Amino acid sequence: MTFAVLQRSGSPGKTHHSDLTMEKIRSAWLFLLPMIITLAAVAGWPLIRTIWLGFTNANLTDLTVTEFIGFENYLSFYEGEAYGLLVDPDWWNAVWNTVWFTLVSVSLETVFGMGVALILHANFKGRGIVRTAVLIPWAIPTIVSAQMWGWMLHDQFGVVNEILLTLGIINNPIAWTADPDIAMWAVIMVDVWKTTPFMALLILAGLQMLPEDIYEAAHVDGIHPVKVFFNVTLPLIKPALLVAVIFRALDALRIFDLIYVLTSSSTSTMSMSVYARQQLVDFQEMGYGSAATTLLFLIIAALTVITITAGKLKLGEEA
Amino acid sequence: MVLRKTLLCTAMAALGFSAFVSAAEITITCGNVGKEQQICKESVAEWEKKTGHSVNIVTPPTSATEQLALYQQILGSGSSDIDAFQIDVIWPGILGNHLIDLKPFTNGAEKEHFQAIVENNTFKGKLVAMPWFTDAGLLFYRKDLLDKYGYEVPETWEELSEIANKVQDAERSAGNKKMWGFVFQAKAYEGLTCDALEWIDSYGGGDVVNANGDITVNNDNTVKALEMAASWVGNITPQGVLNYMEEDARGVFQSGNAVFMRNWPYAWSLSQNDDSPIRGKVGVVALPKGGEGGKQTGTLGGWQMAVSKYSENPEVTADLVMWLTSKEEQKRRAIVGSYNPTIADLYDDPDVNKASPFMGQLKATFTNAVARPSRATGANYNKVSTAIFNATYEVLSGEQTAEASVAQLEKDLKRIKRRSW
Amino acid sequence: MNKTIKSVLFYALVLAVILISVFPFYYAVVTSFRSGTALFSTSLWPFPVDLKNYFVIFQEQPFGTNIINSIIVATSVVVFSLAIAVTASYALARIHFRGRGLLLMTVLSVSMFPQVAILSGMFELIRSLGVYNSLPGLIIPNTVLTLPFTVWVLTTFMKELPKELEEAAIVDGASPLTIVVRVFMPLMWPALVTTGLLAFISAWNEFLFALTFTLSNEVRTVPVAIALMSGGSEHELPWGNIMAASVVVTTPIVALVLIFQRKIVAGLTAGAVKG
Repeated sequence: MTFAVLQRSGSPGKTHHSDLTMEKIRSAWLFLLPMIITLAAVAGWPLIRTIWLGFTNANLTDLTVTEFIGFENYLSFYEGEAYGLLVDPDWWNAVWNTVWFTLVSVSLETVFGMGVALILHANFKGRGIVRTAVLIPWAIPTIVSAQMWGWMLHDQFGVVNEILLTLGIINNPIAWTADPDIAMWAVIMVDVWKTTPFMALLILAGLQMLPEDIYEAAHVDGIHPVKVFFNVTLPLIKPALLVAVIFRALDALRIFDLIYVLTSSSTSTMSMSVYARQQLVDFQEMGYGSAATTLLFLIIAALTVITITAGKLKLGEEA
Repeated sequence: MVLRKTLLCTAMAALGFSAFVSAAEITITCGNVGKEQQICKESVAEWEKKTGHSVNIVTPPTSATEQLALYQQILGSGSSDIDAFQIDVIWPGILGNHLIDLKPFTNGAEKEHFQAIVENNTFKGKLVAMPWFTDAGLLFYRKDLLDKYGYEVPETWEELSEIANKVQDAERSAGNKKMWGFVFQAKAYEGLTCDALEWIDSYGGGDVVNANGDITVNNDNTVKALEMAASWVGNITPQGVLNYMEEDARGVFQSGNAVFMRNWPYAWSLSQNDDSPIRGKVGVVALPKGGEGGKQTGTLGGWQMAVSKYSENPEVTADLVMWLTSKEEQKRRAIVGSYNPTIADLYDDPDVNKASPFMGQLKATFTNAVARPSRATGANYNKVSTAIFNATYEVLSGEQTAEASVAQLEKDLKRIKRRSW
Repeated sequence: MNKTIKSVLFYALVLAVILISVFPFYYAVVTSFRSGTALFSTSLWPFPVDLKNYFVIFQEQPFGTNIINSIIVATSVVVFSLAIAVTASYALARIHFRGRGLLLMTVLSVSMFPQVAILSGMFELIRSLGVYNSLPGLIIPNTVLTLPFTVWVLTTFMKELPKELEEAAIVDGASPLTIVVRVFMPLMWPALVTTGLLAFISAWNEFLFALTFTLSNEVRTVPVAIALMSGGSEHELPWGNIMAASVVVTTPIVALVLIFQRKIVAGLTAGAVKG
């Protein structure tokens, strides 16, 4: 890009070139400074502290006796038995629950979000109302919508069972949130309901950026719309889509409120965040809980890197 | 104003603690918005008038778990933002290190309270909280339905199962398809620990971890109790009970769709509301015994007042706490708010009994109540409780047999205990 | 004929989407008219309309103040995070320098810790900054929470814009800041409105920090205020009040979307045409 500018200005001197580049890089760092300072000052300290606490035996009941214990929170042996995060079946169960939940819910949200975005992108009467209506689920605070769904999915006086019974779809009320197998699906359903708008809005923004002329050309050539979608639209909005997916996945991997409010939070439906919160807050194990969140962070980081690599999202070079 | 306060403080410090009234400003939590906080405000206002200090009341989150989380955060950082806390009966062991010893301020007042609660509130030899009001699990039943089918109030869980089954079937064939026999709380949370403890204790299975800290859970009576409870789910109890808390159970019962319910005393006055379909049809008794040889019991609940170690005015705050938990105040609260006093004498008080006729019956329940093992297990209580409710949940949801689950629970508790609690 | 069927199917789909999105909200409205035992009824019929719950929430606590607090916090968060993110994303999207990818990943990693993990560190930080129990104490952590997302989204959109735009400006000797403000900002409106809206909603709905970093009802935000609502006794849940409050809380967001939804589309189309 810089090169193109120089060519046009007609003075491709080598010193000038590097001067301009240096100048640009300097202003780049200047531009980045507010963000770096804010993040380092506000997020840096709590994050580093958490990682550090993971190597201590800190307990909230008495923080004065905190000692460095190395990797004992992760793995240790006492009287021939292994203790620690890495051998805790509950933790691995939580990891599995979370990953499974993320895979299913984010896939569904992407598909539905794409569908809704395509609808909103189309030109039809009453589009404004639809666009507003679709955003409502995202606008209701999670703590409220989780409780609201808990109420609607109640086995005895929940409206969902009532409707399904009236329509004759089911014969007996379903204990949506009580049965561990169904409960996870209930959580996925509510999550999809709640966050599809987020996906749809970001995808819509991507769709709106696309130049009209491609579609006109495709239309003139008589190419089937489905083909156009897969061959033209999808590749073009991929960067926007991928960013939306990454942020949804990051949120989903940290899922807490929905599971906490909606399910019984027994070990069978626990997510990584619920597990970490239980250790940190309910059990007051600052050390062990911090170790769990550090491991959670590592797992999420690994999955993110895999997603970015697989999606060939270019971070460093020009897109 | 600030200057005057500083001067006063200095003067007070110079004179030593004397009769000087310094206008201290303290912050406390007591109940949430609504009636509970209103009653507290009235008590506090009176104390403010008497002493000249001023009190801020802050509203904590509704859920006990979130309250505990917030208090831990505040106390753990040594913050003096809140001087006195209203704490749950299971928290003294968890928060004890951050609370002051109230013994020097009581003048022996604690002797009047239920001794079980006073003991519960004693942490490492310090009285860290004053009992304020108490609670225990009770059995609610439909008087009208038992009369209709000619049954007495059940004395044992076995009788309860049988009656519930019969009445449920009869009512269902009479057209009420939604009728269930018995509802309780079985979500994997603290409430399930309370319910489980009642079943186990009623069968003579002990209290999971005894006062000396020994793990006693792995015995035949515990297994029997859990097997009994598991037999209800899907038969006389909806499967959804596995996600019920207090209000879910009350919802089913109050809509007229259950014969029996296990709940806390709060459900009584709500069931007698004007719009309640079961108004005047509800009876309350102590929970059934586990078999003929069992005993009637109920899990002890209730709330205490405690003073933060980091308070800038511990003496003044302790004085407020002593006022709030005094006999006079507890009597007033029993009359205007039906809060169950922690002072045994008040259950024989004619004014109290006139205001809530139901209270006299409760004295025996509170005296026999079984405490959760929070004292023996101290700061580890939440882990112990989680192990208990998860083990119980597995049995109720049919994922494990009672025997296997109890054995696993014993193992889990040993792991939590390691060297000592 | 074929066309009619297609458009019928299309509108049926639209109707289904609306129904699924709005039904729970509708049910919340219906529930908010009920109290006492009626709450346990499953009727979908909203009548009789009883607004008692709506009065109660404003009487029992400073709910009006809570709403204003939420507006202040969410608006400030949007302004700060967009201001910081626009400049940062220009640098990240349009300028070559070493460590760009690494920096983007570092920014992203802030979103990889669950909130509860940084809670106690954040608590100490907020207290040491002296902003505990005040609105700035909520604005600061919320800005950090939304920043990674805004930076990433804006960076992606900036990358998409054609190169020629800024080349002309550089030839004219414009400074980078001028380029951002004069050239990119006008084209970025759709992306700015979208990310701003999403950031606003997440700050509006944030619960855990808002609960932990405030003490008095006067500085609390709406989600916390709702969570603090309680019934007459310990275990009682004031369902009607909670639903009334939720309806009140959701309304401003709906209004906001209505106001800005034209902007989202208008801006984007304009951008595409110019590009």
